[in-house]
Amino acid sequence: MLQTFFNLEIIVAAWKIILAGLGNTVLLSIVVVPLGFAGGLILSLLAGVRHPWVRWPLMAWVDFFRAFPPLVLLIFLFAGLPFAGLELGGFACVCIAFFLNTGAYYGEILRAGIESIPAGQIDAARSTGLGRLQTMLYVVLPQAVRNVLPDLLSNTLEVVKLTSLGSVVAMPELLFQARQAQSLTYNPTPIVLAALIYFVMLWPLVRLLSRLENRVLARA
Amino acid sequence: MSSWDRFVETFFNAKVMAKYLPDIAHGMVVTLELAALVIVSGIAAGLALALLRSLGVRPVNLLIVFVVDLFRALPPLVIIVFIYFGLPAAGLSPSGFVSTWLSLALVLMAFSEEIFWAGITSIARGQWEAARSTGLSYGQTLMNVVLPQAIRITIPPLTNRTIAITKGTALGTVVAVSEILGMASSAVSNSYNPSPLTLGAGAYLILFFPMVVFGRWLETRMRWKR
Repeated sequence: MLQTFFNLEIIVAAWKIILAGLGNTVLLSIVVVPLGFAGGLILSLLAGVRHPWVRWPLMAWVDFFRAFPPLVLLIFLFAGLPFAGLELGGFACVCIAFFLNTGAYYGEILRAGIESIPAGQIDAARSTGLGRLQTMLYVVLPQAVRNVLPDLLSNTLEVVKLTSLGSVVAMPELLFQARQAQSLTYNPTPIVLAALIYFVMLWPLVRLLSRLENRVLARA
Repeated sequence: MSSWDRFVETFFNAKVMAKYLPDIAHGMVVTLELAALVIVSGIAAGLALALLRSLGVRPVNLLIVFVVDLFRALPPLVIIVFIYFGLPAAGLSPSGFVSTWLSLALVLMAFSEEIFWAGITSIARGQWEAARSTGLSYGQTLMNVVLPQAIRITIPPLTNRTIAITKGTALGTVVAVSEILGMASSAVSNSYNPSPLTLGAGAYLILFFPMVVFGRWLETRMRWKR
């Protein structure tokens, strides 16, 4: 069993390939997490506009991208758009898909955070002479982010896990590299190794989240 | 031909769509079957683990926490790939359908256990004691006092999480499950036209858009009741 799933010879042979994959997964996460967060920030700020011509399209946009499986979006960009003469490449497709999909999730979380700030605080801030933008930046957002921090972290965990979809469009990230190594060696050890790396990398965040979530629900 | 016509011809080609509509419809049935299996088995397993955890046997609880953490930390696609491409090395060859079902059910089990557990612990200790002191057994207290309250709190987060995980059925396409995305992708390569993908996207929206709207409605509803 150990020979099959955790073969040391295979690990010695494949670790370089896997490690390159880990590097790319980290890089990809560093790009797509801020991208999704930025998308979410734009959506949540727009949600403050009460005009029905902004509100309804915005809600439809968010629900549309929450209903759409991210892999379908990615495949559409990667395999569909070339028919329209638009060949974007795997990396750009991943970036756009994550901006749209994870942006919708971040947007919902941030909106809930912003709505948790009492209107009186905004009135008070404005009456002291702060502008709209200043009120948002210095009064509302810092507290909003703090109030929904567990949800933001939980979503970030999901986004990092989601980078494994990059393997489907041949991005050389951790899962893709592990599958390459597996097909070269005819042995599942590289996949076990990749799973182990994901686990070791994300376990601390999962532990932290489970403690934060328990505390939040217990207070409710 | 104007560029608008060309766009419609490419992405909304009626002929191609009509030809592959039965395929996509079949894919929709497979997606629905997979989704139903994942939801029922995942949530049932999660609830069972949360109940087991409430018994308070320390070694059992440590194991449960570890399993839950494991399936929260691993990307679903990695689990699918491991089951489908890895397990055959041990003489087991689950189909793509079973691999996808098992993976997503395990992930949903982990997330729902966590949510159910948080719900159970949110019920004040005094309620347990009061119920027990009136003569209710442990099981009766759990079933008649704690769970009815706990489940109410857990419904909104559980719904949203279930939708997010169920959307993962699209991952089955990586291991050759003939669900919507798989059917649409092969139709695209057979017809050299992306219209089946548009059709598939529509099919996903028909399935999941009402669920997302329902989740949003549930969330607001439960919020003002508190």
